[in-house]
Amino acid sequence: MSNGAPPTSSRPPTERAGLAAPATIKFSPEQLAEVRRLQGLYPDARGALLPVLHMAQDTFGYLSLEAEAYVAGLFGLSPAHVHEVVTFYTLYFQQPKGRHIVGVCHNLSCHLAGAQDILRHFEARLGIARGETTDDGRVTLQAVECLCACEAAPMAQVDDRYEMQLTPEKIDRILDGLR
Amino acid sequence: MAETVLMRNFGRADSHTLASYRGAGGYAAWDKAQTMEPAALVDEVKKSNLRGLGGAGFPTGMKWSFIPKSHTGPVYLVVNADEGEPGTFKDRYLLERDPHALVEGMLITARAIRSALGFVYIRGEYVQPWRRFSAAVKEAHDAGLLGRGFDIVVHRGAGAYICGEETGLLSSLEGKKGWPKIKPPFPAIKGAFGQPTIVNNVETLCCVPPIIERGAAWFAGLGTKTQGGTRMYSVSGRVKQPGVYEASVSITLRQLIERAGGVSGTGRLKAVVPGGGSAAILTADEIDVVMDVDGCRGAGTMIGSAGVIVMDESVSIPEALLVLARFYAHESCGQCTPCRESTGWIEKMVHRIVEGHGRKDDLDTILDVAKRGGGTTICAFYDGAIGPYISYIEKFRGEFEALCRS
Repeated sequence: MSNGAPPTSSRPPTERAGLAAPATIKFSPEQLAEVRRLQGLYPDARGALLPVLHMAQDTFGYLSLEAEAYVAGLFGLSPAHVHEVVTFYTLYFQQPKGRHIVGVCHNLSCHLAGAQDILRHFEARLGIARGETTDDGRVTLQAVECLCACEAAPMAQVDDRYEMQLTPEKIDRILDGLR
Repeated sequence: MAETVLMRNFGRADSHTLASYRGAGGYAAWDKAQTMEPAALVDEVKKSNLRGLGGAGFPTGMKWSFIPKSHTGPVYLVVNADEGEPGTFKDRYLLERDPHALVEGMLITARAIRSALGFVYIRGEYVQPWRRFSAAVKEAHDAGLLGRGFDIVVHRGAGAYICGEETGLLSSLEGKKGWPKIKPPFPAIKGAFGQPTIVNNVETLCCVPPIIERGAAWFAGLGTKTQGGTRMYSVSGRVKQPGVYEASVSITLRQLIERAGGVSGTGRLKAVVPGGGSAAILTADEIDVVMDVDGCRGAGTMIGSAGVIVMDESVSIPEALLVLARFYAHESCGQCTPCRESTGWIEKMVHRIVEGHGRKDDLDTILDVAKRGGGTTICAFYDGAIGPYISYIEKFRGEFEALCRS
């Protein structure tokens, strides 16, 4: 399988525009009520850890060590436990991410439908390699494992949406719509 | 063509709404189930020959009967909606297009196993299915179907294939990394939050209302001797009409490929993955296999999640194996040494071969490493990985050797 030489980005993501972490890591009173509601749904409050980490990421942009420690405090867990959880799952970001996440499936069915060409087109259009974020903080591009929409290969997840049966033209239209 | 059971509502407008589901006779099975004793429900599902449709193919009624009779504390019902097996997309369709079928299946199952609380673990990437199913749960709650002895918590995962393994899923549900647990104890004895737990796949539970409504004999009669019913086959890769196809589990792989419009690309079949990425690959002359649990087992592969991936003659088998080898190396949870180490090294070796720098004896090394590790790990993940490693190389060795230096 030939991977074309991807363009590289030399600056670390934290130095890029638009990616600054929020000044304070703290939920609003309404969010704290939601945390308590979620914790009450499970026989052990810790069951709500993944949902609350989703909330924290949506609120703070990504899960910094400070955010992990804050969430740990809400559960009476050690920051080490929360760090262990955060680092295990692919949907949690430990670094600032772009305003939009593009995850291009490169598993078997999408591979058979030209996923590598699709990835290269995204890379060329965005001027970054897979795994990187554009300098303006607009898009983070990832190659991801099977998203289970193989009937519509090649496909990608763009934020909450599944974008099916991708072509270069369709990719251009999708990217033009991301601000 | 077999009867349409699981996809019966897919063509209806607003099939995801309670009004539409009720209009099509939905929740009648739940009405009937409430007149039956829990033991009678378990018995009916046992007699239906329903077998788990998530991957392992375990008899569903028998699994339910493992809840200890003497247990007086809580029992949990956990639905595995962490669909992630490469080539599989059926549960996504069910969650989006017929979420009330799952709610009804859960209500009946909860009565059978005497559970008051169910969890539905939906993979984190499935945002639309999660919204659809959550909306259905709210509707069912508002209509008084839920909240009277049984409630459902909808839980979003965060991206990890291993959480589709039932004990990895339970670890994740408990707020931990998704590390599988040593069995025994099995979840039916000690599962979620330390309590007896039944973990069933989405499609499996969607079979339960039709079984209760129309009877075990009817459902058993749809299938083969050892497996009842129809199931949803996800067909992708080099076929003319990729999609999800419902068929009797007695269908052959050849018939299924024909239903999906036949082979695309060159039009000449090379190989097929019959049951998701972890199933051993079949060659073009092995496709008369019956697509049930035992038929596939007899052919040296597995039906798994029934994700069928078709490859025509132009497909490079070594490249296909590299894609899967990368996947297993990425998704290994790292808990057991044979899996963590072998998946990484095998990916590197397959990569070297595909890049033209491999040696022929690399192939024997991969086979040796793969075969040694089988059965040595906590969960079935590595056993799933070695299915492709071994079968791709043994069945298409010449294609790998052609890429090697000596």
